[in-house]
Amino acid sequence: MAGLSIKNVTKTFGEAKALDNVSIDVADGEFLAVLGPSGCGKTTLLRMIAGFETVTGGNIHIGDREVSSAEANVPPEKRRVGIVFQNYALWPHMSVSENIGYALKVARVPRAEREERVKNALALVNMEQYGDRRPANLSGGQRQRVALARCLVAEPRLVLFDEPLANLDVHLRASMEDEFADFHKRTGTTILYITHDQAEAMALADRIAVMDHGRLMQLATPRELYHEPANEMVASFISQGMVLPANVETAEADGQCRVTVLGQELVVRCRKGEKPRKDARICCRASQIQSVGTSQPGFEGTITRAVYRGGSARIEFEPEAAPHLGLHFDQPDPVSFAAGERARLAITSGWLIPADGAA
Amino acid sequence: MTAIRKERQGQDMALTAGIVALIVIFSLLPMARLLQEVILPGGQFSLDVIRNGLIDDTTWRATWNTLVVGLGGTIFALVLGVAVAILVSLSDVRQRQAFVLCFVTPLMIAPQVTALAWLQLFGPSSPLLNMLGMAPPLGTRNPLYSPEGIVFLLGIQYAPLVFLIVRAGMRKLPRELVEAAQSSGAGWVRVLGTIILPLMTPSIVGAAALTFVSCVGNFGIPAFLGIPANYLVLPTLIYQRLAGGGPDVLSDVAFLSVLIGVIAMVGIVMQDRIASRRDFRITSTSLPAAPYQLGVWRVPVELGMWALIALILVLPLVGLILTSLVRGYGVTLTAETATLENYYFVIFQHAAASRAFLNSLYLSAGASIFAVFVAIPLGYVIAWGNKRWIKALNLAIELPYALPGVVLAIASLLLFLKPMPITGIQIYNTVWIILYAYLARFLILAVRPTITGYFQLDRALEEAAQVAGAGLFTRMRTIIFPLIAPAAIAGGLLIFMTALCELTVSALLWSSGSETIGVVIFSFEQGGDSKYAAAVSAIMVATTFLLMLLASLFANKLPDGVLPWRD
Repeated sequence: MAGLSIKNVTKTFGEAKALDNVSIDVADGEFLAVLGPSGCGKTTLLRMIAGFETVTGGNIHIGDREVSSAEANVPPEKRRVGIVFQNYALWPHMSVSENIGYALKVARVPRAEREERVKNALALVNMEQYGDRRPANLSGGQRQRVALARCLVAEPRLVLFDEPLANLDVHLRASMEDEFADFHKRTGTTILYITHDQAEAMALADRIAVMDHGRLMQLATPRELYHEPANEMVASFISQGMVLPANVETAEADGQCRVTVLGQELVVRCRKGEKPRKDARICCRASQIQSVGTSQPGFEGTITRAVYRGGSARIEFEPEAAPHLGLHFDQPDPVSFAAGERARLAITSGWLIPADGAA
Repeated sequence: MTAIRKERQGQDMALTAGIVALIVIFSLLPMARLLQEVILPGGQFSLDVIRNGLIDDTTWRATWNTLVVGLGGTIFALVLGVAVAILVSLSDVRQRQAFVLCFVTPLMIAPQVTALAWLQLFGPSSPLLNMLGMAPPLGTRNPLYSPEGIVFLLGIQYAPLVFLIVRAGMRKLPRELVEAAQSSGAGWVRVLGTIILPLMTPSIVGAAALTFVSCVGNFGIPAFLGIPANYLVLPTLIYQRLAGGGPDVLSDVAFLSVLIGVIAMVGIVMQDRIASRRDFRITSTSLPAAPYQLGVWRVPVELGMWALIALILVLPLVGLILTSLVRGYGVTLTAETATLENYYFVIFQHAAASRAFLNSLYLSAGASIFAVFVAIPLGYVIAWGNKRWIKALNLAIELPYALPGVVLAIASLLLFLKPMPITGIQIYNTVWIILYAYLARFLILAVRPTITGYFQLDRALEEAAQVAGAGLFTRMRTIIFPLIAPAAIAGGLLIFMTALCELTVSALLWSSGSETIGVVIFSFEQGGDSKYAAAVSAIMVATTFLLMLLASLFANKLPDGVLPWRD
């Protein structure tokens, strides 16, 4: 096992910049998820780590060894990196055991040892009795397990997952998620996990790297991403956060400061050293908005939509002061709001998005 | 309401009946007649024909020779075609489009023209060698008059066929399967040997079977190269028997052609067995793998590839053109002695030759127009129909083309030797019997691209017309025909090009007055008039190039893969 270090990596395809100065350090044994909307450059990043794409600038180290730089590129077959592909990429002309044993055969591991290791790998993914099957005769989840076993058998220094659950149905997805987490705990492998599904990333990863338009937006633990987004993109991307304009009224004290949002004054969490400023942004979640009585601090507006979701309703709301700002929050049963009604809302807390937006 | 429904059903029935009639006339009838001649000669069950055939030494020698050149040509074509497909599909060589065009062109040129062109390169009368002063002394045998020569030319003729099939397979190879192997530690050679080539097994085996059938059934090359060396294969044996014996030997040659059919069938069945032994189905689709960087080898490899083009395309054509400019046998070609007289002679002075140009033109135009109009309803039933007998239908149309041309020619001969019943029309010894054989043989060439076209078309387009109240024939005319016509016409053009220089079928069916261009080239060469044969061939090669150009002009309107020479 080894850590992974990506330093200032840039990749251009002709004019287009697929990756722009991305730096990520993955500790030995860490489970790191790379999360982002499609086209954000996460797949390009994975393909560069695996060696299928060259870097235009910057460098990549696996363990102590530099594998990619603008000058040199260690070929994929020399990197000892395992990949679990989205479409499994099992070779249809080989049996499950042959698929798994391929890397060992290439490395000229003696037959007896090879068989032993294939057997262990099959056991690791609970597929002992399927060794002689053809990939075509397996279900989606079983194929994914074989793909996992295949990449583990060679004891790679690093395992890359390329949206491994995207092709599975919702039901199977949850159980595979558990298996991946369990597997990581048992083997302690360094894992880089590419996904566009934030629930998946949150559930699995030690840390998450959020990417957008080829740039790294924030690299932090799931908790930190949710509570302390570094910029507007992360704030709105993670769990549908709402980004609202605010004026900072007081300097930071004890990790908090006083702000005015939509005419309401409230206290929000913030970074150390925040000073009063205009045109700031805060991030707040649906759970941090509630309806209040007319005498309490808050702001007026109109309910535009109420969607009942069983047990509670998602209410969409347009504040009078800024009608283009759509807010939403959940109202538990009994749901009393209906579209077109007037209401008074208050924000209970939030997070002041740092001015520089740096991760 | 019932009246309308009746009309609808009537149109459906008419379509079905028409197609069944077509299959019977152009596929089942000739094959049945051929089998009858062998097993039930004169209506009586008898094994005499088979016994007579089997005790004949010549049969065995020709069968052996057929197998030798068939397998040899197949192996050579496979090696060449697969190697080129690997380079073009998996490495970073440049100028792919141009290279593919040049490499596939020999497939578009008739085999006897290929043979003639190569013959002009070697031997004592080669104008090229004479110009270079390298010609062997008069009386030296042309080295191509040998089984090796036949194998070599068959290989070159059909390597593009292998290339096209394997290339199509490699395009569908998803990059993940390659990358998974690479990240397992396998280098490129290893990936090629353990992943790519095994996954290409169905393509390669399919190509091998098709090439084998083509080699076994090829008449032009063994006729030009084998007959002078008295090295006979089954098609040339049939030709010689028939030319020498006339209708009396029909039972004999019927047996021989069934024998070729059986050999071809064995090839096809073996392909099926090998391809179904393992699972090669690639289920995912994805981008193709990144090309292998040849690095410092790139330029040498590219040079090698173009040298190959020079060898298999440019050189023989140069030989052909030089010969067509020669004044007479033994005259060394120089700028002063070069002449266009040969062209003048074959176009204007030689009655059979000038007739042949018109005959071939009418025949191939007739065959292609007929095929285009038949392919559209036929493709409709095959691609969009839900009838259970569709697979059998497809097979029945494939049969006359899948089996060697000799088989169909002999079958047609047997079918039309006597005047047709009831009408009393006699088409034997006229140009019409050749037309019949062409229609039967080449129909599939238009049906295949048409079916591809149907699969790429959204059926809702037709259903929308149906909802609007259009009956089957109205939909065919107003919706389907305009949409599918480009694909069918491209197929028609392929037929036109193939039929224009066709020799295998017409060599057995022609008569005085119904000569085809292929027959004329063959006769000139047999009579020792290589310069005239070369002149006719050069004209035909030029025509082929023009037609390819013409087809490429409307290539963007066609489904992918319809024009074989476009990569």
